[in-house]
Amino acid sequence: MSDLRQLYQEVILDHNKRPRNFSKLEAANRSAEGYNPLCGDKVAVYLQIENDRVKDISFQGSGCAISTASASLMTASLKGKTIAEAETLFDGFHRMLTGQSYPDLGKLAVFSGVSAFPVRVKCATLAWHTLQAALKKKRDPVSTE
Amino acid sequence: MSADSGVLTPALALDSRQVREDFPILKQKVYGRPLVYLDSAATSQKPRVVIEAFDRYYSSENSNVHRGIHYLSEKATTNYEAARVKVKRFLNAASEREIIFVRGTTEGINLVMQCYGRRRLQAGDEVLISAMEHHSNIVPWQMLCEETGARLRVAPINDRGELLLEEFEKLLTERTRLVSVAHVSNALGTINPVRRIIRLSHRRDAAVLIDGAQAAPHLKIDVQELDSDFYVFSGHKLYGPTGIGVLYGKSRLLEAMPPYQGGGDMISSVTFEKTIYNQIPYKFEAGTPHVAGAIGLGVAIDYLTSIGQEAIAAYEQDLLTYATEALSRIPGIRLIGTAREKAGVVSFVLEGVHAHDLGTVLDQQGIAIRTGHHCAQPVMQRFGVPATARLSLALYNTREDIDALVAGIHKARQVFA
Repeated sequence: MSDLRQLYQEVILDHNKRPRNFSKLEAANRSAEGYNPLCGDKVAVYLQIENDRVKDISFQGSGCAISTASASLMTASLKGKTIAEAETLFDGFHRMLTGQSYPDLGKLAVFSGVSAFPVRVKCATLAWHTLQAALKKKRDPVSTE
Repeated sequence: MSADSGVLTPALALDSRQVREDFPILKQKVYGRPLVYLDSAATSQKPRVVIEAFDRYYSSENSNVHRGIHYLSEKATTNYEAARVKVKRFLNAASEREIIFVRGTTEGINLVMQCYGRRRLQAGDEVLISAMEHHSNIVPWQMLCEETGARLRVAPINDRGELLLEEFEKLLTERTRLVSVAHVSNALGTINPVRRIIRLSHRRDAAVLIDGAQAAPHLKIDVQELDSDFYVFSGHKLYGPTGIGVLYGKSRLLEAMPPYQGGGDMISSVTFEKTIYNQIPYKFEAGTPHVAGAIGLGVAIDYLTSIGQEAIAAYEQDLLTYATEALSRIPGIRLIGTAREKAGVVSFVLEGVHAHDLGTVLDQQGIAIRTGHHCAQPVMQRFGVPATARLSLALYNTREDIDALVAGIHKARQVFA
């Protein structure tokens, strides 16, 4: 049971119940959708990038507590960061989830318990992979339909 | 352990404590808790006799079948063919020639698609399935339709998860060549009225395949009484080994079908000019078969019939009712699939707790259930849920298992309160 408490920390439960930045960003100039066929989780990530910096970010979707909280905390952590900083953060986040040594990740450290649940790593990284997909895209304006 | 005494044990005579002794895996602990295994619709656990059959086969009988004239080869061949006869009796097929060993239900369906469907279907023809099918009874037909220009039609289900027979009947037309439906739905537990489905389809001269993967462990099957053209099931869901399954087909249909794969054993004679194919069922069993698996499946069938299929069905129905009532009492539970005729499965969603999180919380208490879309994404879409949690029952489950699950769900509700 201690693994369970380690996995579902208060911060995670809170972000699952009240996800931050949970909306469609009208000013977004990049976006992508992610899907985890294993559990049916879906997430859409919206970015407003200016001068290689995340000016604003939001997400929408439905999923398990880990994937929802991860998306929520990701958006909270990335506002104001450069694209390079975002990529470094994901690298460190991924290292933490896969049980490797990792740098200081701030609030994202609440997901350290996921490393004890290998089948749940994909839940925690879904939003981040979707973010990467959005960042790789050209600066196409997001269509509104 | 006689295979077919012909005498069925009276209903509810099943002694679950005794039965549990037969399954070594159930004795283990998971995270320090006794294992509660409620995922038998994914795969069932194996009784000791099946495990020992493998040991015995490889220790004293292993040889290739239908080839050698030596002692071991004869012994292996005899036991392999005896397993076929056991399957024939299990399904009440007219002849063991109608029993083809395959890897499992999926391969059985694909064999019919390849060898029957590709020959018989052309542009404008239709294949009719139901809205509650497993992906393995959807995708092969989509592939067939793409190749032949035929059209896939889907008969809808109601909010209980029951097939709408009137709608099904309307979709049966002179264009329908093939009907393929589950006997029991893996995601909902619905028992389909397959006899009526077959009658209606035959009136339109459509052949019928019944996917019996979830039915074989729970229901008595009589392919002659059903008048099913094809019937498929997997060994591993029937307390047998993985990698072995059965395709039953009427001999008249099988004889008219081209071989499935080319190779050894499926031929009578080979020259570079012309090859003569073997008789059924060997025509469809190219290469060295899964001899140990077939023998193991035969032992599993012996095990099942020695306990008595009616006793198992009655015991499981009682447990299903107990589980359904117990889960219904939990606040925030919505059952997915409330058909009047059900077997073995309770699917549900819990308000405020995603199925995947529930699965993890239960797992930490040693309770194994399935969470996700159950390889039936259209069913999830029909009920507007991304995923469900599913408990599935077998003859070794008890009311204590259900009580443990209910306690586990309450625990999850606390975590996510």
